[in-house]
Amino acid sequence: MTSSTTSAATPQGVRARQAAMRLCALARTDELDAALAALDAPADVADLRRPETGLVMTRGRIGGDGRPFNAGEATVTRAAVRLPTGEAGFAYHLGRDAVRARKAAILDALFQARPDAVEVALAPVADRVAAERAREARQVAATKVDFFTMVRGED
Amino acid sequence: MYVAVKGGEAAIDNAHALLADARRGDRSVPEIGTDQIAEQLALAVDRVMTEGSLYDRELAALAIKQARGDLIEAIFLLRAFRTTLPRFGYCEALDTGAMRVRRRISATYKDLPGGQVLGPTFDYTHRLVDFALAAGVEPPPAPEAALDAAREEDAARMPRVTDLLAGEDLIERESADADAPVADLTRAPLGFPASRDLRLQALTRGDEGFLLALGYSTQRGYGKNHPFVGEVRIGTVEVGFVPEELGFEVPLGEMLVTECQMVNQFKGSAEVPPQFTRGYGLAFGQNERKAMAMSLVDRALRAGELDEERRNPAQDEEFVLSHADNVQATGFVEHLKLPHYVDFQAELHLVRGMRAEIAVRRAASAQGESTQDESASETKEAAE
Repeated sequence: MTSSTTSAATPQGVRARQAAMRLCALARTDELDAALAALDAPADVADLRRPETGLVMTRGRIGGDGRPFNAGEATVTRAAVRLPTGEAGFAYHLGRDAVRARKAAILDALFQARPDAVEVALAPVADRVAAERAREARQVAATKVDFFTMVRGED
Repeated sequence: MYVAVKGGEAAIDNAHALLADARRGDRSVPEIGTDQIAEQLALAVDRVMTEGSLYDRELAALAIKQARGDLIEAIFLLRAFRTTLPRFGYCEALDTGAMRVRRRISATYKDLPGGQVLGPTFDYTHRLVDFALAAGVEPPPAPEAALDAAREEDAARMPRVTDLLAGEDLIERESADADAPVADLTRAPLGFPASRDLRLQALTRGDEGFLLALGYSTQRGYGKNHPFVGEVRIGTVEVGFVPEELGFEVPLGEMLVTECQMVNQFKGSAEVPPQFTRGYGLAFGQNERKAMAMSLVDRALRAGELDEERRNPAQDEEFVLSHADNVQATGFVEHLKLPHYVDFQAELHLVRGMRAEIAVRRAASAQGESTQDESASETKEAAE
């Protein structure tokens, strides 16, 4: 991925930022710590908004593909920070972990200036998630069934 | 009318302390961790999240611990917790077509594209109590199948079963009318007639047992509509949300959900030729019984729209939706145990009054009868 060549405002830039946000949302706190350490993240990060937990209403679709309906709420924690160099970063995560959300917001802010470096720093998360998904897929694949319809003996 | 009481503070405090003690149980038994509940009582957590209408595994696990395993009490705790939080907004609709499936079965097609995977299921177990679990025997690692190219392709391509029949127009299609406002019963009270989106919201958080019984009633003839499980799928989907300050969709993380597509026979109406109709069920976590029961009840509640006779409980939306919420139901049933002294004193006074009145009337009529008897005997005597 060479997102440094694309501006953050382009659709490609937004997709790259979403991909980094997705990894942050799937990452554990210690993984975010490792990424921040690898990026030599500044210590004096200002809160644009203190981390806050609230609700979002999730939606399904009637029949899976029809009109939306409200399925139920989920807890979400958000954080917004500004780096000393001026970049703002945001995070919205399922759950109530304010510390994790703030770390992710710092990574999002760093992504504004150094997208390639952040992608590299988050690569271990991507690898771990991919490995876990592949393992789950192999376990699920082992439960694949072929049903045979028996011929009824009534002619 | 309910008249409040006061007093009893010390007894209430001590009862709560006793509750905490009973919750902990025998101190020689290790205390259960909420992580153990989340991991090892996962389906209880899923039910509490679904009916508590709040997706948060850790919180649901804690609520189950606090409620001593009383799931309706835990659901109540989640509902109470959500009222303390601000609402950030509405998510983008989940794309269950893009689900990473952990389980996917169909009772209508054995060879559906993408294949059927059983996943972690109780189906086909013998329901024999497994004493190895009591002995703490570690299970062997789950078998794995190599992911060849064909299998990976299968996993990536999981069309809904309903799409297969839709090609021939044999099954009704849903319209994705994006502009229509979406009803939200956490913002406006339930009103009738209820739109299908509102009904589905109420059913999703509705009591599993109540919906199970209603769904069962339709199968036994109280609103029969010949259901088939078109598909049940369980798996993870990404949740997306567009924050105002960013203006693009942010991936919030992933949720485990269960979806059921029920396919039902339909004889057709004046406007629509005979075709299959659909009932839909969705639940947080792995919650197959709930999703299936919900899809049966969703279909039954469409009776009016499909010109079917509405004669049965499962087809009566006011009956179903007004009684599906177990927090409301338990609140009203359980409030009966709270002090009703003034209420009852009034009733007692009334019943005593009624009895006194009856006694007076009886005495009066007995007096009348005895006078009659006397006069009758007098007449008799006179006749002799």
